[in-house]
Amino acid sequence: MSAEEIIKGLYDETLVGNAPAVLELTKRGLSEGMGPDTILFEALIPALEEVGARFERGDFFVPEMLIAGKAMSGALDVLRPLLAETGAETIGTFVMGTVKGDVHDIGKNLVNIMLEGAGFEVIDLGVQTSPEKFIAAVEEHKPDIVGMSAFLTTTMPMFKVNMHELTKAGLRDKVIVMVGGAPVTQEYADAVGADGYAADASTAVRKAKELIALKRAAQNA
Amino acid sequence: MHTVLSSPGKTVTMGHDQPFVIIGERINPTGRKIFQEKLRAGDLSTINIDVEAQVAGGADVLDVNMGVPLTDEPALLASAIKLVQSITDLPICIDSSVHEALEAGLAVYQGKALVNSVTGEDDRMEIILPLVKKYGAAIIALPNDETGIPATAKERLDITEKIVRAIESYKIPLEDLVIDPLAMTVGADPEAVKITLEAIHLIKEKFGLNMTLGASNVSFGLPSRHALNAAFLPIAMSHGLTSAVMDARTPEIVNSVRAADLLLGTDAWGGNWIGRFRAQQAANPSA
Repeated sequence: MSAEEIIKGLYDETLVGNAPAVLELTKRGLSEGMGPDTILFEALIPALEEVGARFERGDFFVPEMLIAGKAMSGALDVLRPLLAETGAETIGTFVMGTVKGDVHDIGKNLVNIMLEGAGFEVIDLGVQTSPEKFIAAVEEHKPDIVGMSAFLTTTMPMFKVNMHELTKAGLRDKVIVMVGGAPVTQEYADAVGADGYAADASTAVRKAKELIALKRAAQNA
Repeated sequence: MHTVLSSPGKTVTMGHDQPFVIIGERINPTGRKIFQEKLRAGDLSTINIDVEAQVAGGADVLDVNMGVPLTDEPALLASAIKLVQSITDLPICIDSSVHEALEAGLAVYQGKALVNSVTGEDDRMEIILPLVKKYGAAIIALPNDETGIPATAKERLDITEKIVRAIESYKIPLEDLVIDPLAMTVGADPEAVKITLEAIHLIKEKFGLNMTLGASNVSFGLPSRHALNAAFLPIAMSHGLTSAVMDARTPEIVNSVRAADLLLGTDAWGGNWIGRFRAQQAANPSA
């Protein structure tokens, strides 16, 4: 198999969420001397971008997005240690959780998939994430961004609580805060003092990249 | 076990030997931007349209949720309930996770309401069950706790048992407890609906309780949702589901529920089924 065929195969199989084939082709590519960054940036990321675009247009449905994400995750498990060895800078680190009192996770998981698909390192804290757990994760992983998800109007106020706790812990200036979820609006995000909001998974990725670029530019200025 | 809900002009009975109770889900601003804006501006007129459509569609009970961010939810919910009761006799399912809103709704409601909802979390039950007791309402309880939604049917049964004990300790009649066995989308987990069905079966066998759930959840993220919802409900009914908070405006879904009533023996001799047919025939003689 030529490198070109492997890249095309990886792209096609990721698009249809064929996890065993994606894993197989990833290993094959590596054994034939392809770089982990080539596999990631030339096949997996473009495939996930296409999945996101189709989902946004309404051509792809939730299960298709989830299995594409799983297929990519399987390959990333193999690629990550190799990428770390090469010392390539990650696009960014993202700590994500559904707030305390809320057990909804589909939207959050879709955003995670798109973030991983765009090359972010995602640390998922799951559902019912207490303020203490958010703080501990920000301290431990020192992410570029912390994302909070809420699906209920009654759990949205936890954004404010979490923001307050971040400030109290002296971490507010050290991390970008993004919020989202079905009932959340830009207006609400502003009201709680978040740095960013997005209405859907693809927009969330664009927003995350934008906010990191702004922050890095400010630091270098 | 019969759960009886009422308004001044109507009584609805939920039970394993009764026709399925359709709770219309539409009066809910979640995901409805224009409705939200109107409610914020104090314009409740959309509710009139939603009531009419659901009554015409065949709802037995109407769910009323006024969860609009950055508003006075208790006042809004009380106004909405008064409005709904002024236009229909159908009993109401008062839907909020804000206990002040539930109390405001219960205080103005005339009749015996269904409260939606409480979870198996101790702190939630301590706040909401006294309200249910005080107003003599019925209550929907979700068998999840502090750790999230249980992945297995057995865990949902265990939390149901905990809820039953709590209900007994507050001296609320057990027939006023309606369990929501938690319906999740099959789009995110191929086993999700099977687990819900197993939970329904186990809860019916052990406690004989009435059960309701958010039926439209099962099809989230998938195409042709009406067909999936219409297929799901009869399966759930055959496992012991006695009610659902559901789309009451789509004939395909309501017909499928009423057909299952007849097929499962809760519409003996097809009185309701034939009545619906005659009503449709009268409304549209050429069909």
